[in-house]
Amino acid sequence: MSDALVRVQDLAGGYRPGVDALAEVSFDACGGEVVAVLGPNGGGKSTLFRALLGELAHRRGTVELAGRPSYVPQTERARLDFPVSALDVALMGAYGRTPWFRRLARTDRAAAAAALARVGLEAEAGERFGALSGGQRQRVLIARALVQDAPVLLLDEPLSGVDAVSAARIEALFAELSAEGRVLLVATHDARQARAWQRVLCLNRTQVAYGAPADVLTSEVLQATYGAELVVLADGSTAVTVEHHEH
Amino acid sequence: MLADPITRRALLEVLILALALGPLGVWVLLHRQAYAAESLSHGLLPGLVLAALAGLPLVLGAAGGALVAAGAIALAARDERIGADLGVAVAVSTLFGLGALLALAPDAPPRLEELLFGDLLGISSADLAAAAALALAVAAALVAAHRPLALAAFDRPAARSLGAPAARWEAALLALLGVGTVAAAPGLGSLLLVALVIAPAAAALQVTRRLPAALALAAGLAMAAGVGGLALSYYADLAAGASVALCSAAAPTFVRLAT
Repeated sequence: MSDALVRVQDLAGGYRPGVDALAEVSFDACGGEVVAVLGPNGGGKSTLFRALLGELAHRRGTVELAGRPSYVPQTERARLDFPVSALDVALMGAYGRTPWFRRLARTDRAAAAAALARVGLEAEAGERFGALSGGQRQRVLIARALVQDAPVLLLDEPLSGVDAVSAARIEALFAELSAEGRVLLVATHDARQARAWQRVLCLNRTQVAYGAPADVLTSEVLQATYGAELVVLADGSTAVTVEHHEH
Repeated sequence: MLADPITRRALLEVLILALALGPLGVWVLLHRQAYAAESLSHGLLPGLVLAALAGLPLVLGAAGGALVAAGAIALAARDERIGADLGVAVAVSTLFGLGALLALAPDAPPRLEELLFGDLLGISSADLAAAAALALAVAAALVAAHRPLALAAFDRPAARSLGAPAARWEAALLALLGVGTVAAAPGLGSLLLVALVIAPAAAALQVTRRLPAALALAAGLAMAAGVGGLALSYYADLAAGASVALCSAAAPTFVRLAT
């Protein structure tokens, strides 16, 4: 599949018969690109991720991926009462490649410890996952994705509601991962943040725009993407009023 | 107490059941399926009654009853007009009522109490062998499925990308719950067996920080409840199944006071 690690052509899919939650999505993402996926709640960001993960049957179109992607959900969707440590969670990234009758390999344990160190949480490896802060939990889930070692990472609003230290760590990590030649698709509501990345995909039940931030992040495109959720601030920039909900 | 062969057999039965049902309960609670556990154990009563009326082994009746109950619960839970919880409650109450109706019919042998509350001291060697085989199969399956069950319970949205489709493993857990229920129904009864599944697991999850410790402690507490319940039954001359259920239910309080 040439240089593209993600190739989506005319994708359409949905949950209810006859109703497309997302349609007419076509884009390529090459190794080293961070793609911001912008859109309102219910606009199709999660639907796109589910389609890329193989959880949603395509009604039309094709999806080509360079290997199984890893998925980093929003931290509040993970169980906080689950009896696991941060290291246990990072190790879950190795479960998929370990047969049920085998113990986890020593190299996987080392990889989990190294992944936690990479997200700045080596000292918290033995802490109960549910006792960590929201930003720390998000970094643990990213460490788990690092252990998976997937070429494509799907991250669902990884910077929403995290503390400044965690946000800085996560953004620095994005730069490192893209430098390693991976593709990162990052669902976000933050258009300003998206300007720092290589590509922007705007969704509102259909593809509104895709391309470089300078070409895509215009007020017309944002208006078409967010509609009434978009507000213009006093300095002329735009912001999105978002109430997060399950979708 | 152990000089009595009936009590020895009951002890062996409850220890083997506890070994499987304690850890099974941890998974049931982590997957938020406690209501399903209670529904399944209550809903299989008609199967037990029909087996008793036909003179068949109770474990066969429990298996048939569990299959029908699981089907009815799955169908009822799908009805979006009334909601899953209400649908399951109606299905289970209907099945339980049907079982009681059959058991209280004029021609039925007077065994309803035994079916509801079990007959731990009256189990045969064949009952014990069947319960042991089923319980050990459940315990082995839980060990083999440890990682996917953990993924599906801990992080449902990401489980598939980590190699464990959540819906598949949730269904597998319900199947194991059905087998465990069938194993325990003849000895502990349709009403009481859920205590051995839920209470030791709830106690273990209160005080442990890691999953292997929770699974081991739940098995240990369930076994202790089994031994304690039989001792209580023997020395205080109380019903054995009810004594085991009471000791199981005391586990969370005991653990909280002890820690």
